[in-house]
Amino acid sequence: MASYTIPHAAGFVANDAPRIVTERFDHPDSYTLERYLATGGYDGLRAALERPPADVHGEVRDATLLGRGGAGFPAGVKWGFCPPGVWPRYLVVNGDESEPGTYKDRLLMELDPHQLIEGCLIACYAVGLSQCFLYIRGEMALAQERVAQALNDAYEAGWVGRNICGTDFSVDIVLHSGAGAYVVGEETALIESLEGNRGMPRLKPPYFPAAIGLYGQPTIVNNVETLANLPWIMRNGAAAFTAIGTPTSPGTRMIAVSGHVQRPGVYEITNGTTTFRDLIYGADYCRGTRPGRELKAFVPGGGSAPWFTPAQLDLPFEASEIGPQGSMLGSGAVMVMDDTTDIPAAALTLTKFYAHESCGKCVPCREGATWLERVLRRVCEGTGTPRDLDVLLEVGASISPGDFPHAAVPERGLEAKPFPYQMTTICFVGPSAFAPLHSALTLFPEEFEARVAANAHLDTELSGTAPSEVPVSV
Amino acid sequence: MSFFTEENRTLADEIIGRYPKRRSAMIPLLHVAQGQAGWVSPEAMVEIADLVDTTPAEVLGTCSFYEMFKREPVGKYLVNVCVTMSCALAGATELMEHAEERLGVRAGGTTPDGMFTLASAECQAACTEAPCLQVNYRYRYRVDADGFDQLIDELASGSLDDEIPPHGITARVRQHIPVDRAVGALPPESVDEQPVWLAAPAGNGAGAA
Amino acid sequence: MSDTTAAETAPSTVAVTIDGVAVEAQPGELVIAAAERAGVHIPRFCYHERMSSVGMCRMCLVEIDSGRGPQLQASCMVPVSPQMVVNTTSDRTQRAQEGVLEMLLINHPLDCPVCDKGGECPLQDQTMAYGPGESRFVEEKRHFQKPIPISELVHLDRERCILCDRCTRFADEIAGDPLIDFTERGNQTQVLTFPGEPFSSYFSGNTVQICPVGALTAAPYRFKARPWDLAQTESTCTTCAVGCRVAVQSSRNELVRVLGVDIDPVNHGWLCDKGRFSYGALSSPGRVTRPLQARSGARAADLAEVEPMRNFEPSDWARALDAVANAVKTARPGAIAVLGGARGTNEDAYAWSKLARTVLGTNHVDAQLGDGLPAELVVGLGTATIDDACTADTTLLLCGDLREELPVLHLRLRGAAQAGTTRLVEISPTETGLTRDAAQSERCRGGEAASVLRDLLDGDGPLSDELAAGSVVVVLGRSSVAESADAVAEVTSIVADRVPHARFLVASRRGNVRGALDMGLAPGLLPGRSLITQPAPELAAAWGELPAEPGHDAAGILAAAAAGDIDVLFLLGADPLTDFPDSVMARLGVAGARTVVAVDTFLNQSTVEADIILPAAAFGEKSGTTTNVEGRVSALSELVTPPGSSRPDWMIAAELAMLCGADLGFVSVSEVTAEIAAVCETHAGAMGSPADADGVLVSGAAFEPALPPAHVAPARDAYSLRLVCSRKLYDGGVTVAQTPALASLRAETAMRVHPVDLERIGVESGSEVEVHSERGALRLPIVADAGVGRHNAVLAFPSPELDVGALIDATATVTDVRIETRVTPEPAS
Repeated sequence: MASYTIPHAAGFVANDAPRIVTERFDHPDSYTLERYLATGGYDGLRAALERPPADVHGEVRDATLLGRGGAGFPAGVKWGFCPPGVWPRYLVVNGDESEPGTYKDRLLMELDPHQLIEGCLIACYAVGLSQCFLYIRGEMALAQERVAQALNDAYEAGWVGRNICGTDFSVDIVLHSGAGAYVVGEETALIESLEGNRGMPRLKPPYFPAAIGLYGQPTIVNNVETLANLPWIMRNGAAAFTAIGTPTSPGTRMIAVSGHVQRPGVYEITNGTTTFRDLIYGADYCRGTRPGRELKAFVPGGGSAPWFTPAQLDLPFEASEIGPQGSMLGSGAVMVMDDTTDIPAAALTLTKFYAHESCGKCVPCREGATWLERVLRRVCEGTGTPRDLDVLLEVGASISPGDFPHAAVPERGLEAKPFPYQMTTICFVGPSAFAPLHSALTLFPEEFEARVAANAHLDTELSGTAPSEVPVSV
Repeated sequence: MSFFTEENRTLADEIIGRYPKRRSAMIPLLHVAQGQAGWVSPEAMVEIADLVDTTPAEVLGTCSFYEMFKREPVGKYLVNVCVTMSCALAGATELMEHAEERLGVRAGGTTPDGMFTLASAECQAACTEAPCLQVNYRYRYRVDADGFDQLIDELASGSLDDEIPPHGITARVRQHIPVDRAVGALPPESVDEQPVWLAAPAGNGAGAA
Repeated sequence: MSDTTAAETAPSTVAVTIDGVAVEAQPGELVIAAAERAGVHIPRFCYHERMSSVGMCRMCLVEIDSGRGPQLQASCMVPVSPQMVVNTTSDRTQRAQEGVLEMLLINHPLDCPVCDKGGECPLQDQTMAYGPGESRFVEEKRHFQKPIPISELVHLDRERCILCDRCTRFADEIAGDPLIDFTERGNQTQVLTFPGEPFSSYFSGNTVQICPVGALTAAPYRFKARPWDLAQTESTCTTCAVGCRVAVQSSRNELVRVLGVDIDPVNHGWLCDKGRFSYGALSSPGRVTRPLQARSGARAADLAEVEPMRNFEPSDWARALDAVANAVKTARPGAIAVLGGARGTNEDAYAWSKLARTVLGTNHVDAQLGDGLPAELVVGLGTATIDDACTADTTLLLCGDLREELPVLHLRLRGAAQAGTTRLVEISPTETGLTRDAAQSERCRGGEAASVLRDLLDGDGPLSDELAAGSVVVVLGRSSVAESADAVAEVTSIVADRVPHARFLVASRRGNVRGALDMGLAPGLLPGRSLITQPAPELAAAWGELPAEPGHDAAGILAAAAAGDIDVLFLLGADPLTDFPDSVMARLGVAGARTVVAVDTFLNQSTVEADIILPAAAFGEKSGTTTNVEGRVSALSELVTPPGSSRPDWMIAAELAMLCGADLGFVSVSEVTAEIAAVCETHAGAMGSPADADGVLVSGAAFEPALPPAHVAPARDAYSLRLVCSRKLYDGGVTVAQTPALASLRAETAMRVHPVDLERIGVESGSEVEVHSERGALRLPIVADAGVGRHNAVLAFPSPELDVGALIDATATVTDVRIETRVTPEPAS
């Protein structure tokens, strides 16, 4: 085991923009305790331990650190939802990064595990969380090894465990490897999984994990990137943090840009000010589409997000601007499609993903997502009919009723429908199966119509006797 | 008689001890079982049920929910080719076709010599390095047909044995909490007071090390 | 409403609007439940009011406005909040419900014509009521292998399953037997058992009943009938003494199904599988359907060796009753005895009690067979209800394994412990079904629970404080029939002394044992929970002069019979050879009685030795009332006519009285009921309206039971093990043997011993040993079981294969046994 050298990770692209969580990525040994300590490591924790826990919590609240997992809820406010007087409280770190297009938590765990560990410790100290479970996606072998090694080193050096830094602050951090289930990224499913169960969401309004979480106890579930910001905030203060970005979206965030761009990669961008145009076309970022190709569409926030077209390129990474335009920032992933893209086929890869990853709990998702996939596959393969396109929208409406969010299509006079959507399911996996398909059908209907036009006669021929006309009442 | 080796049984006990409730160790123990045998056998599930104090039916329920646990033997190398959007945009379909041709099995199949199981996988979080694949959860980025062939040759020749362990072993570096540093996991019902540091005055001697 | 009134009422109800109507909901109540109480039915599949909500099927989606505009939400997940507005009929609600139903049906096989559930299927019904009318699904449906048995009793059709989580939730949450679970994920999710580990829960039948489709079917009922062809009546299960409310269903004059009915005080809709499926015995070929008389000179030696019916010749009621009457008339004074009566109705018990006292002139009557508690304790001590035991601060379990003896009481207590409404503390010789849920569980040597209790009360632990401070219910029963009831009586004295505010729930096991004792089928009792020495004026007036001599209990009756002092022994649905702990004494007693008359439904170990057998009507074949462990009187209904010329016990008593020249004074069951109400002050209110589903609780007795003196702990013998004979649900009794669906579920008999003890005596687990007591010896397998308390040797009683009673001396306080391995002698060298 000693002879085994852990390979360096790939994908991150550095530039001159402000950096908060990727500062250390340039060092080849960024993941070691030595490098960490040599570059300000654990200073944030030391600073926190000098202050009362409530002050630390206040600092994080003042920083308006928005959750980086997808929902974008302010971490400091979330921490405050723990009911007073109920003990013990737990921290669960969501490192089950699986959203299509997304990978920044993986890099943070592979390249700077101590930063994450320090963030966990600060959160535990501030909120009185007595044990931390670091849930890492099962397929991320390297991240698990790096975090395990970092934890072993940190325990040995006294940064984790009993009487941290000689104080009476004591907390265990337990590394917990997942085993392959996208839905476990949903925080209640994550807790189920951590309890040894099938990872099925158990959202029970009005309860949420901060009140009733792991083992029924108050539980903070935070994303890896969210926690990775904490050491910087404790070292530099909330004011320095909010000085970057905009007041409603301060700081930076990591965005993975993939697909049809010249320089795909993971970039640390500035919240609220960097635009999609900067990111896709900027010289410091992806440098545009491949030569001779035009941008056709892009997914702005991970596979679940409704799609944008060039008309939305100038929108910044600011949730309050994205929502009204019909999508979301989600998990920090941009997938770019140029004019060579087969739109129905691209939508199918995502719809299939969500159908495959449905936990099977809610009927509309369990049955509907697979139904969508099967019909869409027929359309892509050329055996669909025009009626099938209506069925896709109708089935989607059973998962997500009402107006589904989408971008504006100026040339067709179609106005944007704002985020969010309604849903008949507990979690977002069901609507996520519909989102790419709905976007593709709404933004590029002609590509679907072309696939089914030749089969229009089948709809008429079958009408009256088709299986779809047979009453199911029994 | 028992499924786990003595070493793994000790490891299992250590893992169970980290959690406030035994059942939380279910997924980690399934990983240990898969690491030992390359797959999760019924015998392993029965033993895990006993260790985490539940029924084999519930272990099966949890085990079968998660993609990584294989309840039938697979090849020494599980080759997961990502087929989700970013990889699909970068030629994952063609890569998969090539892989099927090269290995002589369809996605989901295992080569007759038991060396390779080929599978299509959902997003592996390496989207900027598309198309990507994982061999026993070790990444290979921007894989083209030649790169795939070379990988298979290297795996077959054993020249990657140092980097890529046989299927079942995911992380080779394990967490170990030293006994003298561990805080310890208490069942939630046995704790009803706030942690000591919340009650203590600020700045109680921090800044050591 | 004034402000003060509003403030006063605010905490008790929550004002919500459901479909435009103002509704006062309970705080914390789910919207679906509040709507139901307000008469608005919201369709549902996964929601079940007795289990936790999971929000799985999404059928109960309605528009709920909690102040932020109407949103579609699952009404089974959302508790009411003040000013909430719920719309269950809006367009959006309807579309959502149609969508869910369409999705549920896309993979459903729609094989309703061959499905047992057809006609009573929630999926069918709700599709009619809320469905879209047609499907747009043209793809291939999901396929699974058609029904697979998941146990001997339950079959699973995964194609029909809609994955509502009801059966799996029940198995885990309610039964505590998580032997079925979801497997796979997403669209491939399916319910399964672990390979080779069937869903062998005592409560498995409930999953069939709560399955909202035809995915789970009961093996005994499959393809037996169609719902619209069934006749049905509500009744009360008498398989054990919990008294679960049931719906009994028949087709062509044959019982074909028993379903649980949800009543708050008792069973919450649940049944055990024995209660649910043992109706199968009633139509078994072994049923006695006409009077039988022994062939002259033939009294069978052994049921196992001889074809039992061959000992008898068919008779008729006139000849058989004449023979009985002759035997009675020629009997010596005080030489008639009646054993049994706990399997009938209150009316049966009353009639036989009256017959015995006023016509047969004997007080030798006992509904218990030496396996219960002293009748005066059962009747005089038991004042706690099941609900009391489920809500007491502490419930002390000093009884047998309730899962084996009173299964649904076990469920109720388990549920209470899980919900935290009570704290279970158990003292028992071996782990029980409730051990896992008990806050404290202590092992004792058989017969020595009292000393453990005394130690706990005297010790430093928190128990004595908790018992002193809070409400306490003691569930009292016999954890073993290999020790005398004195051990339990001693516990009673300690509790009365040290925890005077404790109340008792006496866990008598047999069907209507409480009712039989209440009706005076005990040597020292008279109807109306009164002592024979203090007859109530109404009773004295109705019954006239009563025999003065005190009677024998079961042990006394058998001993007297063995000594030749009993001329006529009536076995009223009793099988002492199986159920009386000391089988040697039972055999001698039955053999020693000059004439044995059995009133029964089957031939059993004892009745096969009878001279005259009178065929009795059984459950479902007669009406009347029954009384459960708490003293709750509820109605039994007749649905089918008794087979052949079988008759209810009360009628046989009345006819026998006639032949003996007396008149019991009733010619119909309702007249018996009325007479009970008239002569038993305790029962006056109850007998009038037992038809209420909840029944009527009869509380209080006409006397204070005298508590027995402290008994001396038996001497311990360091080399012996204490024999503990505990009950199993599927036992060696005739009901299970005659129920085809259950007979094969009886476990093999092995003696269970703590591994340390096994090692100490040098025996391998699984080996065959010889067990010796003072009384006898048995050869049987022995196994290690860490759940057994040290120094105990546990055997199931009665066993289907072994004469365990041969080890037990009913006159001894406890039974100690020695284990001997037969060592093959080494060849001489």
